[in-house]
Amino acid sequence: MEQLLFIILSVISVAAALCVIFVRNPIYSVLSLVITFFSIAGHYILLKAQFLAIVNIIVYAGAIMVLFLFVIMLLNLNNTENQEKRSFVSKAIAVVAGGLLLVSLVGLLKGSVLTPTTGGISSDDIGTVQRLGKVLFTDFVLPFEISSILFLSAIIGAVMLGKKDLKDH
Amino acid sequence: MNSFLPELSNVYFNYLLLSSVLFCIGVVGVIIRKNIIIIFMSIELMLNAVNLLLVNFSNMHNDPNGQVFVFFIMVVAAAEVTVGLAILVMVYRNTGSVNIDTLKNLKG
Repeated sequence: MEQLLFIILSVISVAAALCVIFVRNPIYSVLSLVITFFSIAGHYILLKAQFLAIVNIIVYAGAIMVLFLFVIMLLNLNNTENQEKRSFVSKAIAVVAGGLLLVSLVGLLKGSVLTPTTGGISSDDIGTVQRLGKVLFTDFVLPFEISSILFLSAIIGAVMLGKKDLKDH
Repeated sequence: MNSFLPELSNVYFNYLLLSSVLFCIGVVGVIIRKNIIIIFMSIELMLNAVNLLLVNFSNMHNDPNGQVFVFFIMVVAAAEVTVGLAILVMVYRNTGSVNIDTLKNLKG
């Protein structure tokens, strides 16, 4: 059953990811990426990371993709006439290069020893809010606080960059 | 191929394969597209492949630390997209295009 779900979700995510990079209209790319994120959230549920699945949907499919859609519609990029002209040869070379990267990655990972560690806490409640919150606010409290500074600087940077003209100030 | 088949029964190895495939799709997307927005989305795809791999290893080792790393990757991705899209809007305002080939003023 899990194997079947894994295969279905994998096919969906790979097909949607291929749609992201090969579809011509940027709106369809964004929607395909949303489908990819939903299938990856399904993978997270299969991997017993329930909270991350929800966070993935809320943050990625909810916030980031809406930002992308907003920018595409704001800049009116969903017309297909000003398309990129890239020759078939260079596209084919790029696909071959990516395929070679995949082959070398798989060849590298093929002999890896993947023995699961057992013991410790039970595997079913790793991904719960309780367990993750405990780890996040004890072991990782310093990176957590530093990430707030990162967000603050990102907000300031976005506002500064988005201003109409910087010379007024 | 025969030596390859026993590995497919290992669920952790399957996730390794899936993450590699998604990452390579992201790399190809960065190479073949010229639209900056699509390139950003390919980068998001690569980040998600890494996230999937981290969650897989977290599940394999029974350790929640990997999932906390995924949180931080999401934080960095959100900040990166915010600033990147702001830069993209500014570029569009200045050049009237989102094609990366128009951004060659720094070329010597």
